[in-house]
Amino acid sequence: MKKRKFGLVLSSVLAASAILGACGTKEEEKTNKENENASPGESNQEGAFSVAMVTDVGGVDDKSFNQSAWEGVQEFGKEHGLKKGDGGFDYLQSKSDADYDSNLNALLRRDFNLIYGIGFMMEDSITAIAEENPDNHFAIIDAEVKADNVVSVLFKEQEGAFLAGVAAAKMSKSGKIGFVGGVDIPVINRFEAGFFEGAKAVNPDIEITSKYTAAFDKADLGKVTANSMYSSGVDVIFHAAGATGNGVFSEAKERKKKDPNANIWVIGVDADQYEEGKVDGKTNVTLTSMLKGVNTAVVDISNKAKKGEFPGGKTLTYGLAEDGVKLADSRGAIPEDVLKVIEEYKEKIAKGEIKVPEKVKK
Amino acid sequence: MSNRVINILVPIISIIIGLIVGAIVMIVSGYDPVQGYSALWTGIFGDSYSIGNTIRQITPYLLAGLAVAFAFRTGLFNIGVEGQLILGWLAAAWVGYAFDLPKIIHLPLALLAAAAAGAFWAFIAGFLKAKFKVHEVIATIMLNYTALYIANAVIKKLSDGGFKTERVHESASLRSPFLRELTDNSSLHYGIIVALLMVMVMWFILEKTTRGYELKAVGFNKHAADYAGMSVNKNIILAMTISGMFAGLGGAMEALGTFQNASIKPGFTGIGFDGIAVALLGANTPLGVVFGASLFGSLKYGALNMPNAAGIPEEIVSIIIALIIFCVASGYIIRVALQKLRKKKEGQ
Repeated sequence: MKKRKFGLVLSSVLAASAILGACGTKEEEKTNKENENASPGESNQEGAFSVAMVTDVGGVDDKSFNQSAWEGVQEFGKEHGLKKGDGGFDYLQSKSDADYDSNLNALLRRDFNLIYGIGFMMEDSITAIAEENPDNHFAIIDAEVKADNVVSVLFKEQEGAFLAGVAAAKMSKSGKIGFVGGVDIPVINRFEAGFFEGAKAVNPDIEITSKYTAAFDKADLGKVTANSMYSSGVDVIFHAAGATGNGVFSEAKERKKKDPNANIWVIGVDADQYEEGKVDGKTNVTLTSMLKGVNTAVVDISNKAKKGEFPGGKTLTYGLAEDGVKLADSRGAIPEDVLKVIEEYKEKIAKGEIKVPEKVKK
Repeated sequence: MSNRVINILVPIISIIIGLIVGAIVMIVSGYDPVQGYSALWTGIFGDSYSIGNTIRQITPYLLAGLAVAFAFRTGLFNIGVEGQLILGWLAAAWVGYAFDLPKIIHLPLALLAAAAAGAFWAFIAGFLKAKFKVHEVIATIMLNYTALYIANAVIKKLSDGGFKTERVHESASLRSPFLRELTDNSSLHYGIIVALLMVMVMWFILEKTTRGYELKAVGFNKHAADYAGMSVNKNIILAMTISGMFAGLGGAMEALGTFQNASIKPGFTGIGFDGIAVALLGANTPLGVVFGASLFGSLKYGALNMPNAAGIPEEIVSIIIALIIFCVASGYIIRVALQKLRKKKEGQ
């Protein structure tokens, strides 16, 4: 009897560990079909300029900057008639932080001319590997690495988020808006700071609630957070929380479905999240999205490197002026007069008349 | 067939079955299994670089496996290895950069700090179990979350709002230029020696000391142990504490060896949970854990090469690796089948 019970406990724990383990893997199980259409078997021309990238743990289909970077790499490949695979373009996914080194080295061994590390988490790996391989070229997104063979790419998220703040404050009827962040790290702080500044610029009395969920992959947490915000009277939420933000969308959609006249909006992040906000054929809760042009930056740098003008050792910063961050088409959700105000601020920031801080002043 | 032959045959047959099932998955999804498995093989043993990294991957699994196995022998389920490991990681990283000491003191101190942090976290669960009969599974699961978020908050504080601590000093690092050179710049570090030492420590405690005998006795039958005059509560607390010590050291491997810092984690590392499977694969014996951790670590690391060299998508690779481990874990079925076969033969 004892033994049987023990076996039961055993198997249930094994099952639990499998489930718990699965929590961490997030969207990795979904295959991105489009990416597979170029078969690796076809050969590339000798001497072609080849690029490859290593994703962080978000994976290549994170609907965020990894995906955006891969789109950039693909675009560059298409432009120059390259095929996926050796000598063309490719990517490797990292399942944990420990995989960055191995993946970067694996791509190095396959002789890619330029290798991208996507995400600030890869800073240490790129630093170490660039030092060990001084003749190879690297690029890192969202972090700064000081080395002659590395180009660092940073974005002024705060500038794009400023415009999102302007839009939110203008569209709010209750005078209360909200920010849902992922993990409390400098990159996300920049989104928050810009959003605060932008909203305060057009409405100094606006009430802003800000909450970090401490995760990029927990849609349920996003939903709960959005629920409490909307319940307290907030009517526009800007999220910078990756897949956690999907929960914000589902909460907003549920509320909109119940009451089609409710003033409920979500501002998306990184990519155009219009599709996420679809309630039915006519209604959509996505006000706009703050786009981060990782793809543009990737294409830009790859082309420079191909021409032999690799900007090694430099830190390239993409802001509103460089078209690196911007707001997505609102598809009529934002009226003309508000768009005009947004455009005014955009110009002021691009010209440097307004400096947007990177951290919320407390 | 003698029992010994069966004992050797079972894991081998289960691995082969796992590989066959994995091959079927590859064929069905349109990939070449020969290419796939040769990519897996070269990913694990292909060159000195791969071997170095495979060993590096095995190291934390070894300690996580030991932690689970040790508690198991006293009849306790330490699901909290994950949390104990995270705190050990943090403690080692902090001691690693906050002090300036000669290597001979600094490195052991950092390791001790990690062991102490892990041990303390497990002690809480052990104490609650012994004094208030709080089930250790619930206590340790909750302590995992507490540990994760405490570590994140402390890292944020230590790094002034950043996301990682400073790099550990050379004097506390387990890395060595010698090992790196030997393995073509892989991230192999001396941690494997620490881990193997701990395998011996666990074997020694369990098999050669009175205390170990008591711990096992409590695991076999609590009431009998109590009747024999052993303090069950004391042994429960002790078993959890030692188990947490192993887990904390597992964290130190990551802090002082692989990563050289501690960074904010959006979720669990998974090493602690995999440790449960490692311990069960190894039947909770020290040597078995070495086998389980080697299998787990090699497959995990080698799998990275499958998308790289054979173009098999990540998702299919995850399925194949899970299937292989699944088959090995269900070796009991094969054991029963072999025994039936033997009985049939004897009957003839």
